[in-house]
Amino acid sequence: MSEVILQATHIKKYFHDPVTVPVLNDLSLSVNKGEFVSVVGKSGCGKSTLLYVLSTMDTDYEGELWIEQELVTGQKEKQLARIRNEKIGFVFQFHYLLNEFSVLKNVMLPGLKLNKYSAEEIEHRAMERLKMLYIDDLALKGANQLSGGQKQRVAIARALINDPAIIMGDEPTGNLDKKNGQIVFDIFKELATQYHQTLLVVTHDTEFAQNTNRIIEMEDGKVIRQ
Amino acid sequence: MNYRLIVNIAISLLKARWRQTLVAAIGVTFSITMFIALLSFMTGLNGLLDGLILNRTPHVRIYNDTKPTKRQPVTLAPENKSAHNFIHSVKSASGRLEIYNSAAILDLLHHDGRVLGVAPKIVAPVFFNAGTIDITGVVNGIDVQAESSLFHFNDYIVAGNAIDLKNVPNSIILGKGVAEKLLAELGDVVQVTTSQGETMPLKVVGYFQSGLQDFDKVQCYTSINTAQKLLGKPNNYLTDIQIKLHDLNGAPAVAREYGGLFQADTEDIQTANSQFETGSFIRTLISYSVGITLLIVAGFGIYNILNMMIYEKMDAIAIMKATGFSGADVNRIFIVIALSIGLAGGSVGLIMGYILSVVINHIPFKTAALPTISTFPVNYNPVFYVIATVFSLVTTYLAGFFPARKASKVDPVVIIRGK
Repeated sequence: MSEVILQATHIKKYFHDPVTVPVLNDLSLSVNKGEFVSVVGKSGCGKSTLLYVLSTMDTDYEGELWIEQELVTGQKEKQLARIRNEKIGFVFQFHYLLNEFSVLKNVMLPGLKLNKYSAEEIEHRAMERLKMLYIDDLALKGANQLSGGQKQRVAIARALINDPAIIMGDEPTGNLDKKNGQIVFDIFKELATQYHQTLLVVTHDTEFAQNTNRIIEMEDGKVIRQ
Repeated sequence: MNYRLIVNIAISLLKARWRQTLVAAIGVTFSITMFIALLSFMTGLNGLLDGLILNRTPHVRIYNDTKPTKRQPVTLAPENKSAHNFIHSVKSASGRLEIYNSAAILDLLHHDGRVLGVAPKIVAPVFFNAGTIDITGVVNGIDVQAESSLFHFNDYIVAGNAIDLKNVPNSIILGKGVAEKLLAELGDVVQVTTSQGETMPLKVVGYFQSGLQDFDKVQCYTSINTAQKLLGKPNNYLTDIQIKLHDLNGAPAVAREYGGLFQADTEDIQTANSQFETGSFIRTLISYSVGITLLIVAGFGIYNILNMMIYEKMDAIAIMKATGFSGADVNRIFIVIALSIGLAGGSVGLIMGYILSVVINHIPFKTAALPTISTFPVNYNPVFYVIATVFSLVTTYLAGFFPARKASKVDPVVIIRGK
């Protein structure tokens, strides 16, 4: 039995506007180390909501959430920020790079925030990650000079900078064309197989989901198959 | 806490919107410049106007007033002690104006630690005889050196030398107004008659102009010895003792104490010139309120810029929060932005304010009322610069506080899902 990275038990969440609607309904799941998990489901089934609960950014829920055996539920905002910084890497549908900074600086930012290594070391690590994703030649360009596919790869490099326990993706290929989408998927796959990186990706791209280790299928705020 | 990172991010955000940043900073610069220039100029002017009177006014003055005796003999008689006594038509007796035992008083004053300096004086009403007419005036017998060092007597001599009063026997410095009436040139001899009828020729060695017309039409100065000779009095005769204290605010208490101690009338500067303090206070108040208003307006400029920046950088804030920056970090970033605008704008403002003050100080300003002044007065008080610095930082901090709080409360989920 491998190590459990992320565990959610009896998660319930409601939307209150305009009327109270349950979005997540007594949902439990766990992700083991090294797993490449995808969450699929129809629009509005609550898969993105689930991801934000799991990512600690949304704290308005019932139930318990554990990341690497640490209870996350009920922690203070500052602690949650630290957990996100240290243990979770994000890749969103939109790249969300900061245009004010170079590619390299964008990748370095979470590392600088963690402040575990010296600035030189973080730079070195950032270059390593960029090399791994074959975009080290773009390091000194501005974030807004890149193509969509390149930006998404920079976002992945940024997610990797602190060696997170888990990488979470919210439709990471949703905004990309087929070719770039494939590249991003291949990167994820490589991370999972070669580096035993744990990944949890929300997607409605069935082809993408098919190629992951495990598919969690959701409907009406519940897991119907995993 | 990783402040270097926060400052780094703040600078990058500022650079991305350098134009607006510059406008906000110029707003602060402008207000600080005006604040400093205005206050320096206003208080300079205040100092000048106050100095017109206050410089020449002793902090405590000891003299003997001509007035009826407070305790009439009838009340002093033992048999009348228990009764009410009514006396009508009380008149002032021809009391002596001189201060009793003046030498001992002067000696005591010289040894009092609170006293900065003492200038004895003789005041005597006189007539100047010019042809067929007599012009009334007042002769002040003064100790020139004490008077110059304590009351800036030198500054008001527009012709001749103050020290000649001491060096030339039987000399006089005429008020400008008196001199014009007498048509007296330097070196002329004027005839002075006292109220007792004694006449004495005095040589004019200078003109005195205070800037107060009424004052200059009557006041004249001689040395103490000359005044004593003129009045036919011995050389311990003094009518006034003027005292300058180290601490101006202690004047009323000291005046009361000396009044009791020397059995003489005393007057303190606060009582004598209360209206000047009121005027200065109001002028300073106005300057401060204008300056502070300017700063607050500049603060709104910064508030605007930051608010815009936050709306524009919503994505950046969201992703920073998603990748591990806490609300407090984001808050600090925007506070740093606000403070650096304030600091940069403010420090340029301090320099500009100083330059503007210097420029004002060089603008020619000549008026007959103020013979010693040729340019606008400016008070280079470092306190204004300190106040301006503190105030620019406080207003920019407050201007940054609310936008920063808003930024720190940005919910990354809302932003990221909204795309």
